[in-house]
Amino acid sequence: MSLDVIDKSLETFVLNLGPQHPATHGVLRVKLTMDGEYIVHAEPVLGYIHRMHEKMGENRTWAQFMPNTGRLDYLAALSYNHGYALAAERAEGIEVPERAEYIRCITVELNRIASHLLWFGAFVLDLGGFTPLLYAFDDREQILDLLESVTGARLTFCYFRFGGVYNDIDDNFITGSREFIKRLRSRMPMYHDLVSKNIILIKRLKDIGPISQEMCRRYGATGPVLRGSGVNFDVRKHEPYSVYPEFDFDIPVYTEGDSMARYMVRMDEMEQSMRIIEQGLAKLPEGPVMAAKAPKILKPAKGDYYAAVEAARGSFGIRLVSDGTNTPYRLKLRSPTFSNLSLFSEACRGMILPDALALMGTLDLVIPEIDR
Amino acid sequence: MTNELIRLIAFLVGIIAFAAGNAAYLVWVERKVAGHIQRRIGPKEVGPYGLLQPLADGVKLMSKQLLVPDGVDPILFKVAPLMVLVPAVMSFVTIPFGEHLAARNVDLGLLMIFAFASVNVLGLLIGSWGSANKYAVMAAARVISQNIAYEIPMLLTAIALVMATNTMNLNEMVSLQAGGFWQWNLIKLTFTASPLTPIAFLIFFTTMLAETNRAPFDMAEAESELVAGSFTEYSGMGFGVFFMGEYANIVIGAALTTCLFLGGWQSPLPFLPNGVVWFLIKMYAIIFTVVWIRWTFPRTQFYALLNLSWKVLIPISLVNLIVTAGWLKVF
Repeated sequence: MSLDVIDKSLETFVLNLGPQHPATHGVLRVKLTMDGEYIVHAEPVLGYIHRMHEKMGENRTWAQFMPNTGRLDYLAALSYNHGYALAAERAEGIEVPERAEYIRCITVELNRIASHLLWFGAFVLDLGGFTPLLYAFDDREQILDLLESVTGARLTFCYFRFGGVYNDIDDNFITGSREFIKRLRSRMPMYHDLVSKNIILIKRLKDIGPISQEMCRRYGATGPVLRGSGVNFDVRKHEPYSVYPEFDFDIPVYTEGDSMARYMVRMDEMEQSMRIIEQGLAKLPEGPVMAAKAPKILKPAKGDYYAAVEAARGSFGIRLVSDGTNTPYRLKLRSPTFSNLSLFSEACRGMILPDALALMGTLDLVIPEIDR
Repeated sequence: MTNELIRLIAFLVGIIAFAAGNAAYLVWVERKVAGHIQRRIGPKEVGPYGLLQPLADGVKLMSKQLLVPDGVDPILFKVAPLMVLVPAVMSFVTIPFGEHLAARNVDLGLLMIFAFASVNVLGLLIGSWGSANKYAVMAAARVISQNIAYEIPMLLTAIALVMATNTMNLNEMVSLQAGGFWQWNLIKLTFTASPLTPIAFLIFFTTMLAETNRAPFDMAEAESELVAGSFTEYSGMGFGVFFMGEYANIVIGAALTTCLFLGGWQSPLPFLPNGVVWFLIKMYAIIFTVVWIRWTFPRTQFYALLNLSWKVLIPISLVNLIVTAGWLKVF
């Protein structure tokens, strides 16, 4: 097969994938060294949408940074709201009323489903199937309508406050959510019949793009990527926060580690999120949605605070260092897709281009969250 | 002499109008069908049901600048779109639309269409190579290997059919399928036709999809991998001509399938009159299927595509060829 090549660089060429490329979903650039259709080396180049969110955090009051968190991962913004609210509440020592905690979980899970639906559509689009995208968007639209009615936004949410949520949910939201779950339950078999069981899709995903547990550990990959490699880790279960311990749900884990496993993890997670929402709506207690004694201006005591949440793409961590003033001294964001992307370079070595792009699709990249 | 001249001009104009009209309106059909498959409406703003959309698209493409980037081979870059369109239009010459409605009744019509179909690939290669773009060159490499792989089973199934019918003249081939749909080559259960023709039809249809670079085999324009494949550097009418060529090729593929397997202009029931209407109905039914497939399936992986041809389609079509030969010898 391979000839004896003295200078390998004469046999390869550099392919510039992005920053404008249909498969990179945004402004990611990957410098690929190719040997024909095979990838010899891949180097992701970041920074095209760097907005200095961390530095911005140091120059704003604690509350003013909340809208920024909705602009990291714009597809699952509520998880990031949640992470920041948790960290700040931990720093200030604010107790959140139970109703607010339930509302947080319900809306975050709805947002997770919306994010996974969009990923599903966009991923099949990467594989050349156009139609599922429109069906997934149709379902996602229902979620956005629901969330819009309580949060006032459709994409870059800023719904959580230190000590609760901004707005109580009403009966319309509750009945709407129940109807949506019924609707999505009836549509999931269709997605599985038309997409998951499609022979072409199976051939493109099965045994392609293996990512081992060991590789996940080395790069710090989390979320569906990690669970697709057989590691049962979910922040909601293993480092519980909010009222997640109250819910009965499973963590879908697949041991194959190939693209199909990561695909199936996300498809199953939608089902689990629906279970959480159903239980949350059933158990929803009465009461206030804002802590009565929450201070208007936060001035947490000197110290180092950390909170992690399970966002749609993995574990999102936020570290706050307070020096006792009304702005954070240091604000560090640990975004899941950054770690997930870093393993791409190693995982795609020796693969052909279409398979590598399928692998990249299963990592579910959102570029503004990588660059921050 | 003058009659011949008038005939020539009439068919020349007719064929070009047919090819261009089809290319323009198949885009509309494609968008409309895609829209309905995806629970949308599709084009609806320009004219009733968006019927004037192709006109608007045409004006847009023609008014755009034909950008020739630095570093391209200017001659190859400009010749390539024509190399795709012209052979496709030429192939229409021998297609029998009706009993007496063919520009030229060529005795080796089938062979002629296959010959022109091969030139189409050359056009894609020249365009990709001339545009000096890495994505385009990768697409060209794929298209060449794909077309070589799929031309073989396509020809093998066609040869089996030619053995059974004893003719390469498309009009004659259609004439032999007279007398109702059970006489069509697709399901002709007589001793003069091979029992494997339904399988041959499936193979032919699959290879036709691959030859015309349609989904799920659209390697030339795999937009989520290769940006726009061979067409990456083309803008304006350069791109438009490429596109017309692609659609003309689909029409040729569908017309050829109709003639070979579905009885061309023959009516499906003996008491109904024959005519060009039947030909068009069958042809557009096949085109609709092609569009339907595109908006339903994801793209195959490139190596799976080649494996399908070399490991499945070619052996089966060889078996089909041998069985047909044996069958004809025995009966």
